[in-house]
Amino acid sequence: MKHIFVLVAAVAAGSAALVGQQPPANQPPPQRQEFKLTINGDSPGLPPKLGIAGFIPLSQDAETVAAAKTIGEVLFDDINYEREYYMIGKDTIATLPKPTSLDGVPLDRWKEVNANGVIVGTVEKTPAGVVVQVKLIDVRTGQQAFGKRYSGPIANPRRYAHTISDAIFQDQLALKGVAQTKLAFSSDRQGELAKGGVRNRDTQEIYIVDYDGANAVRVTNTTTLNVSPSWAPDNQAIAYTSWRPSAAGSFGVYQDIVLSFITAGTRLTPGGGSPDKQNYLPAWSPDGSKIAFTSNRDGNAEIYVMNKDGSGVRRMTNNPAIDVSPTWSPNNNQIAWTSDRTGQPKIYIMNADGTGQRMLIGDLKADRPTWSRGKFNEIAYAAQTGPGYDIKIYSFESGETTKITDGIGSNESPAFSPNGRHIAFTSTRNGKAQLFTVDRDGKNLRQITREGNNKFPNWSQ
Amino acid sequence: MRQTYFVAMAVLVVALGPVACGKKKPPVARPVPPPVTTGGTTPSPNRPPAPPDPVPDTTPIPREPAITDDPLSSGDLDAINKNSPFQPVFYPLDSFEVDSAGQQALNTNAGILKKYPTWVITIEGHCDERGTAEYNLALGEKRALAAKTYLVSLGVPADRLRTVSYGKEFPFDPGHDEGAWKNNRRAHFVVTSK
Repeated sequence: MKHIFVLVAAVAAGSAALVGQQPPANQPPPQRQEFKLTINGDSPGLPPKLGIAGFIPLSQDAETVAAAKTIGEVLFDDINYEREYYMIGKDTIATLPKPTSLDGVPLDRWKEVNANGVIVGTVEKTPAGVVVQVKLIDVRTGQQAFGKRYSGPIANPRRYAHTISDAIFQDQLALKGVAQTKLAFSSDRQGELAKGGVRNRDTQEIYIVDYDGANAVRVTNTTTLNVSPSWAPDNQAIAYTSWRPSAAGSFGVYQDIVLSFITAGTRLTPGGGSPDKQNYLPAWSPDGSKIAFTSNRDGNAEIYVMNKDGSGVRRMTNNPAIDVSPTWSPNNNQIAWTSDRTGQPKIYIMNADGTGQRMLIGDLKADRPTWSRGKFNEIAYAAQTGPGYDIKIYSFESGETTKITDGIGSNESPAFSPNGRHIAFTSTRNGKAQLFTVDRDGKNLRQITREGNNKFPNWSQ
Repeated sequence: MRQTYFVAMAVLVVALGPVACGKKKPPVARPVPPPVTTGGTTPSPNRPPAPPDPVPDTTPIPREPAITDDPLSSGDLDAINKNSPFQPVFYPLDSFEVDSAGQQALNTNAGILKKYPTWVITIEGHCDERGTAEYNLALGEKRALAAKTYLVSLGVPADRLRTVSYGKEFPFDPGHDEGAWKNNRRAHFVVTSK
């Protein structure tokens, strides 16, 4: 996969030298201060209003024109997604004169529509691909708050929008955006039949899709069932559960955890599974060194931890109950999981060495905890709320749980985005199982997949 | 050999002819033992025929098993599983308990396994759609294991019984009602080698 190479132009962001009195003698000269220009709203409570004036194609061939249009549209959606800015509507923008260049933005007209910041860019075709420039301008002062120049291939112009969006959020708000992240998931959209002793069963394969549902790419190519992907924190590998034949061509299968190194194109099975030792539901630790998982090697479903190369297997639970679905705390020190040791599945918590096991959440029937790595210390999970399940969030700070889906269909398998602001989950609200994302406050619901049945989402870092 | 038969019959008919009442009777068709060569000479027409020489004992030819009617032993695995003789075991909601109906099904299955002692089977555990996908992977496993444990208690060797769970990923019935759910909560038997 080609990368976008960032060339940071000399951004003269209006640096202001320290003005004032002569410094006292015998002291070093004052450091030149970088002046950071942040676009602010009209008053402290109001979000800043941003308008995307447009990305100007510098050549009029179809590919460049289309790329410029796509970048502008996708950037609008990307920035809108984090709900930090009020995005001025496209119909309003249509009434304004288009920018003629990066410096040719009619700011007086933008003031009239109460914009606080305007984004303008250019797209230029080169022999190597494309160069995209972008500026964020403070409308009141006309000064540039942010500017970047990117070069790379012209295929998939959406990537430029995603990169720009994340860069703006980082620059302006010190916020880690998710526009460049991806969801891994299981899908039967390929419509292939599983080999084996029972007819008419569809395979499920692991796929990756952009966080907004574009560019679905197939990862696994098997004739079997593959579920529950878990990203490595460096995004170079995905662990998942696969039903593997016990011998070539055999109808007998067993579950094992596969690590697929998606950029290297290699695979490992560190759990060493077999029909008598089956491993499933992997969870990659935030520091990338370990995998927590479920295994029946000691007679029934228990939680284990191993190093990602398969060494150092450590048993965490030891009881006849079902223990499944582990998730790591962001600091790698604790594991939450599902246990039905009191009769029904509930969310439990323990130290990462297996000590200190206790029930965490009292919901009658709950499963699939996922621990946020954002600034809120909380766990999302699926809880039975009626005929089906809903996504709930448990807050460590308050000890309270909040329901964030609405009881329509069954909603399961939640996965937090890396900034902790969004949750991907499986929902049957439209009939088939599809992936949705929703914000942690229950708003901003979006459908991500539409083709086939899609489940078990996991969010890249 | 047929000629010998007819000659023998003809001799009998001819010999009996003058003794009978004059009515010509059609030759009596009698069930005939497997033809054997008689060593005797043709008897004269005026004397009752000598009884045929005693048939020497022959080594009985063992009966071959029937060639048709048992696809279970002769078919490939695909065919066997298509017309599987095994009965599934059904489970209550959230449970992996083998009830009396389940025991009956397993008793039958044990009999089949005894009849085909080389077969290895995989017991699949399945769940209905209502629980979560992840927990159901483990619940399905418990259902498969419960069926296996019962079979082992009936004397089926454990190494002939594999287990695997499919959770709720492969429902047998795509419906969304009690009937479909009941149908999906099961242990399902697949012959994986024979």
